[in-house]
Amino acid sequence: MNMDFSPEELVFQQDVRQFLREKLPPDIRESTLKEIPLAKENFVRWQKILYEKGWAAVNWPVEYGGTGWTSTQKYIWANECANFGAPDVIPFGLNMVAPVIFTYGSEEQKKRFLPDILQSNVWWCQGYSEPNAGSDLASLKTTAVRDGDAYLVNGTKTWTTLAHYADWIFCLVRTGEPEVKNQAAISFLLIDMKCPGITVSPITTLGEYHEVNEVHFDNVRVPVANRIGEEGQGWTYAKVLLTHERTGIARVAIAKKRLQNLKSVAKETGDSGTNLLDNTIFAQKVAEVEIELLALEFTELRTLAAISTGNAPGAESSILKIKGTEVAQRLDELYVEIAGYYGMPFVKDQFKSDFDGEMVGPGLITSSTPRYINNRKASIYGGSNEIQKNIISKWVLGL
Amino acid sequence: MDFSYSEEQQMLQSSVSKFVQQDYDFHRRCKLVSSDTGFSLENWRLFAELGWLMVPFNEQDGGLGGSAVDLMVLMEEFGRGLVVEPFLATAVLSGGLIADSASEAQKRELLGLLMEGQLQLAFAFAESQSRYNLADITTNAKKEGDAYILNGHKAVVLNAEAADKLLVTVRTSGVQYDREGVTLLMVDADSEGVSRQCYRTVDGHRAAEVKFKNVKVPEANRIGVEGTALPAIEKSIDRATLALCAEAVGAMEKIYKKTVEYTKTREQFGVAIGKFQALQHRMVDMFTEYEQARSILLMAVLQWDSNKGAAPKAVSAAKSRIGKAARLIGQEAIQIHGGIGVTEELDVSHFFKRLTTIQYLFGSTDFHTLRFAEH
Repeated sequence: MNMDFSPEELVFQQDVRQFLREKLPPDIRESTLKEIPLAKENFVRWQKILYEKGWAAVNWPVEYGGTGWTSTQKYIWANECANFGAPDVIPFGLNMVAPVIFTYGSEEQKKRFLPDILQSNVWWCQGYSEPNAGSDLASLKTTAVRDGDAYLVNGTKTWTTLAHYADWIFCLVRTGEPEVKNQAAISFLLIDMKCPGITVSPITTLGEYHEVNEVHFDNVRVPVANRIGEEGQGWTYAKVLLTHERTGIARVAIAKKRLQNLKSVAKETGDSGTNLLDNTIFAQKVAEVEIELLALEFTELRTLAAISTGNAPGAESSILKIKGTEVAQRLDELYVEIAGYYGMPFVKDQFKSDFDGEMVGPGLITSSTPRYINNRKASIYGGSNEIQKNIISKWVLGL
Repeated sequence: MDFSYSEEQQMLQSSVSKFVQQDYDFHRRCKLVSSDTGFSLENWRLFAELGWLMVPFNEQDGGLGGSAVDLMVLMEEFGRGLVVEPFLATAVLSGGLIADSASEAQKRELLGLLMEGQLQLAFAFAESQSRYNLADITTNAKKEGDAYILNGHKAVVLNAEAADKLLVTVRTSGVQYDREGVTLLMVDADSEGVSRQCYRTVDGHRAAEVKFKNVKVPEANRIGVEGTALPAIEKSIDRATLALCAEAVGAMEKIYKKTVEYTKTREQFGVAIGKFQALQHRMVDMFTEYEQARSILLMAVLQWDSNKGAAPKAVSAAKSRIGKAARLIGQEAIQIHGGIGVTEELDVSHFFKRLTTIQYLFGSTDFHTLRFAEH
C-alpha cells in the first residue's frame, strides 16, 4: 500500500500543469476561480481546446476518443484543473448519455452522436424526472406509443437542467402496456429538441437562477432508430449510467480548492482587530469540514482503486454523493458566516463581466448567501440523499 | 406563573393574524417585494391606524406600554406572513433608540409622527469591517461650531431607501474599538453629502450602503450625550434581536407545519411520503426545535420585561438557540419538499431565505453563544 505518484505520473502532472498554463483562456479561469457561472460559449470554447489536445473525454474508452487514463491520472487531472481554475465539464453529454451510447447504442448511433459530444457541437439534457416521478423515478408516465417507424411521445419532464441550451434530450419513456411492472416498460430515447411539439418552460430556482426547466412533449414524433438498445430495457441502461459516472461525483478536488479559498478569505476578514481564523469557534468549524474532506478524498480514492482493478462501483459509491454534497453545502454555509452583514445584499449578476452597476460589498463574499441558498439543490438532485441512503441500506447493508 | 396572553394581547394577536391571513398572501407579498418601494405604504398607514406602530412604546411616550411580550405577539404574526414592511427598522430599532435616549423635545417631534405612520427611519450601525461589534466604528464626526461634520460609510442599513431620517453611530473620540467616544446623530436622509446605494436583500427586504461625505449635522440633532451612546445602542439592538427572534418563531411554526402537510399529500412509491419513518423522525426534530425555540423566546421576553431591558444574557441565549432551530427547520423544510422546495414559486423557499438571514442579523448564532458565555 502506498500513495506516492510514480515517476511517470509525476511527468504527467507536469504535462497537465503546462497545458493548463498555456491553453486555459484567462477569462474562463478568472470566472471559474471566482465561482461565477460561465456562459455556454465559454464551456464550448474550453471543450474544443480539450478536444484539440485529445483530452476532451477523461472517462471514455480510447476507441471513441477518450483519454484511456488510469484512475491516478484522472485524480491528477481533476486536482490540477480545480487548482488552476479550469471549469468542470457539463456532464449531460460527455458523462451521462455518451457512456450509454457507447455501451448499448448501435454502431450508427455511436458514429452519429459521439463525435459531436466530444467537440461540444451538440448539447444534451436529461429527461428523467417528472412532476409526479421524482425519487420514485420508475413511476414515470411520459408515454411513447409506436406509430409505424416512429414513437409518438407525450408527457412532461421536469428539473431539466440546461434544457434551454440543449440541442438533444435523452429520455426515459414508458413504451409497454401500463400493467407491465414499472421498470420493465421503460425505454431510452434520444430526442431532437427541435422536433415539433416540444416546448421548454423555465423554472426559477432559489436565488433567482434559471438553470432548470419543464419540457413538454405533445405528440412528438421520434424515429424508432433513436431508441437505445431494446424496447423495455431503458431502466437497465439508465442504472448502468447512474453507477458508471462515479468518478468526480464527490467533487473532492473542487471542494479542496474552495476550502483553500475559504481559509484565505477568512484570514483576510477582520474581526475586532483579529481575523476570523483566530476565532476558535469558526476555526473549529473549518477544521471539521477539512477533516471530513480528507476522509472523503480517501473514500473516493478507494472507490477509484476498486474500479481500476475491475470491480464495477457498487452501491457504496452513494456515499460519495451524500458526503460530497454535505461537504459542499457546509463550505457554502461557512462562506455565509464569513460574509456577516454582507451576506444580506442581493445584487443580481454583480460579478458577471457585463455588470455595469456599482458593486456592493467587499468582493465575491457578497454573493455567498445566494450561492448557499441555490446549492441546497445538491442534496436533492441526482437522486436525493435520502434515496442514496435507501440504496446503501438495501444493497450494502441488506436491510 | 401564567403563560397565557392578556385580553389586549389576544386582541392584538387576532388583528395582526387576520391581516396576515386576509391581506398578505404569498402572491401579494411577492408583488410588494418586486415593487419600486419594496413594501406597501398603504399597509404602513393601516399599521398606524390599527395602533401597531404604538406597540413598542411606553404610555408616557404615547405608546401602548412597550412590553416585550406585546412586541413578541406582533412579530410572531409578522413572521407567519413574512411581512416586509419596515416595522423592525423604523419602530423597533430606531424608535426604541429615540424612546430610550432622545430629549423630551426630540421625542415630541419624532415619536408622534412615527406612530402616525408619517415617519420612516433607519438605524445605521454596521460598517464593512465591524461584523457584530457595535463599538467597531470608524465613521467619525468632528465638532465645528454648533454642528458636527460627519464622514464615513455604513453598511447594509435596513430601510435606508425609504427612510426620512437616519440614526447614525459615529465616533466623536477614542479609537476604533473603544466603548467610549460613540455618539448617535440623526441625519436627514436627503442632506447634502449623503449618498445611498440601495438594493434588495436576499430575503426580500431593502437595505443600502450609506456614505457620508462632510455632512453637516446640527448639534441639536444629536441623540443623547456625546460619547456615551453605546449602552443605548446595545439595548436597542437587543430589543430588535428579541423582535427578530419572535419573527423567526412565527416563520418556523409556519414552515414546519407546511412541511408536515406536504408530506401527507405528496405520494411516491405509492404512499404519502409522510409515511416514511426516516422522514417522520426528521419532522419530529423540526417540531421539537420549534418548541425549544418558542420556550427560550418566552424566557427572554419575560426577563426583558422584568429587568426593564437589562437582559443581554437572556437575549443572546434566545438568539443563539433560535438561530440553531432556524437553521435546522429551514434546511429540512427545503430538503423534505425536494425539487419543489428549491423553486421561487413555493412560499416555503422564501421562509427559508428569511430564516437564513435571521441567523446572521444582529449577531450570528456563534456570536451570541459566546456573548452568553461571557456575560
